[in-house]
Amino acid sequence: MTIDTPPITAATQRRGTSTPATRVIGILTISMTIWLGVFGLVLSPADRDQGDAVRIMYVHVPSVWLAYLAFIVTALASGVHLFGRRHSLQADRVAGASAEIGVVFMAVTLVTGMLWGRITWGVYWQWDARLTTTALLFISYVGYLAVRGLEGTREQRARRSAIVGLFAVLEVPLVHWSVKLWRSLHQEATVLGTDLDVSLDGLMLFSLFVGVVAFTLLFVWLLLHRSRMLTMLDLSAESGLESALAQRRAEGGASA
Amino acid sequence: MSSSGRIQVARVVLSKDLRIERRSKVLTSQIIPFAVVTLVLFAFALDGDAILQRTAPGLVWIAMLFSSMIIVQRNFAVETSDGALDALRVAGADMSAVFWGKWLALVIQLLVLEVVLLIGAFVMYGIEFRGPGVVLLVTSSISATCGLSAVSTIYAGLASGVRGRESLLPLLVMPVASPVLIGATRAAEAAFGTGGTVVSEGWPWLGVLSVFAVVFSFGGSLAFGPLIDD
Amino acid sequence: MEPHVHASGSPAVELRNAVALISDFPALAGLDLTVERGEIVMLTGPNGAGKTTLLRVCAGLTPIARGYGRVMGADVSIERDEVRRRVGMVAHSNGLYDELTVQENLEFWGALIGAGDDELHQAMSIMGLDGRLASVPVRGLSAGQRRRTAFAILVVRRAGLWLLDEPHAGLDSSARDEVDGILRKASAAGATVMLSSHELDRAQQLATREVRLAGGVVVGDER
Repeated sequence: MTIDTPPITAATQRRGTSTPATRVIGILTISMTIWLGVFGLVLSPADRDQGDAVRIMYVHVPSVWLAYLAFIVTALASGVHLFGRRHSLQADRVAGASAEIGVVFMAVTLVTGMLWGRITWGVYWQWDARLTTTALLFISYVGYLAVRGLEGTREQRARRSAIVGLFAVLEVPLVHWSVKLWRSLHQEATVLGTDLDVSLDGLMLFSLFVGVVAFTLLFVWLLLHRSRMLTMLDLSAESGLESALAQRRAEGGASA
Repeated sequence: MSSSGRIQVARVVLSKDLRIERRSKVLTSQIIPFAVVTLVLFAFALDGDAILQRTAPGLVWIAMLFSSMIIVQRNFAVETSDGALDALRVAGADMSAVFWGKWLALVIQLLVLEVVLLIGAFVMYGIEFRGPGVVLLVTSSISATCGLSAVSTIYAGLASGVRGRESLLPLLVMPVASPVLIGATRAAEAAFGTGGTVVSEGWPWLGVLSVFAVVFSFGGSLAFGPLIDD
Repeated sequence: MEPHVHASGSPAVELRNAVALISDFPALAGLDLTVERGEIVMLTGPNGAGKTTLLRVCAGLTPIARGYGRVMGADVSIERDEVRRRVGMVAHSNGLYDELTVQENLEFWGALIGAGDDELHQAMSIMGLDGRLASVPVRGLSAGQRRRTAFAILVVRRAGLWLLDEPHAGLDSSARDEVDGILRKASAAGATVMLSSHELDRAQQLATREVRLAGGVVVGDER
């Protein structure tokens, strides 16, 4: 077994992590975000009951969907690492980068959800199914990132993280199921109407769609950059290994 | 290793863990008193008979959750204090069998704890055992314990292998075990009839708990070996 | 009790350019070593030279990041489980359960590998652990007695390669002599022994070969 040397690609040869591909995606992301702003803030109607506060939804909902997408990517990459023949460390890096981004999206979901609730109903938190599930998964993935930070060789860390990542994703439907079942028992919640879902008309739906597209592009852009950064960190650790080996042998020579 | 070989390994690990527990009496002399004190402290904090009776299932299961952390850390400290887990690895013992052995030992310890806590809640919080609810209570408690035990064993194996990171265990277990807490508590409420719930409302929770237990115990048996490996 | 024989034609240990990492630090920095069957090899060298890591690599506990390694005929990278089954290791820890008696510890190991009661008794008597000591909890044993219990387990497991990390540490002089006697007997029965120690005098007396480590590589090799 040899150290998984990261591939020398156009991306890793440069001093930065940008490539023509990421620049294109970046421009698309910015333009979609501008579209989102136009649709979300100006063109789409205010809600009958909630007024303009409903516009937070155009950030809140895509954010949570992208968080789930990020965690699915983490799970897939973890699977590739664990069950693939090469036990590719690149897959592990993608898993880690995706989880980091997912945690950020989760945090955005939580914060926007709290703001929305505060503005609309005057409470920062209510135990609705989505917020509760998001909070639990947020903590799970913070735990996943903590496991990524544990000491060990790169292969050890990758294997451990991949296993924890797969368990974390297995847990998602279970948490969903139990929280949903739990909240469905509490009829008062829906009567009070603190649930954050609204009925969507055509234009609102379209704005939401724009939001999802913009966030997806943002996710891809962030994932590419962050994975490459992790690759370059590993590359530098690898070249650090060469000098570490030389240093290590030298310490032997000095004392022999 | 053949399947009969694996069963042998699991059985040997299980009886070893239980024997050590019988000798050192950690569960009976330390954990159970701790859990009972927790129930008393809840009473101080919540200060009200009605509210205690209403929340009793939740309090029992929170006490279970915290106690299980302590028990499982102790179960693994036994392995690492003299390098026994390493020795097991060097002997080439089947790690999934070791997992099942430790899992079952933890299940037994937790079930004992649970009985004590339920008695404590009966005495101190005034919960009532209704006839129709007993089956639900027993089945949901067992499946919840199996699931909690699986999660705790997996992550304790992970945490014990890394120096100085035992404190990671609660952070890893708590969110993952949340379905267990929700399910066990709701099922117990239905069994006791607290808050006007009916026994039939509890059965869906048994489904959640069973799926959880199966997923994490079988997943754990596969993951245990690679997880503790260097 | 003879150790199991595996792939008898090959050397006990064969490492070439082995690099082993402990959290990205190269504990072994390209180490070459060949140990033939039946040798008693003493590993010496300053603290931090890589002796413990070398033993752990041979035990299949620590993987190698670069290089090639074969222990008792099994590849350390591809067949790590098989390596583990063929070797036995006693490190600073002994791998014992403090709350159980000597007998119970051995029975645990015996049940794990399917050894019969006779073999357990034989191993215990070889190590002088039958009689009163058998029913003493490990907690109550001296350091030397614990070592002997750990060795008894190696005998029960019929390990072909004995890897010992500072087996003399924490023992008084007579206990150290006991250990040396046990190792000579093990070697006579066919086991290969590799141990690390700071005791250079004992090295000369006990071992057939002294391998000196420094900076993660071999810097001296004398028979």
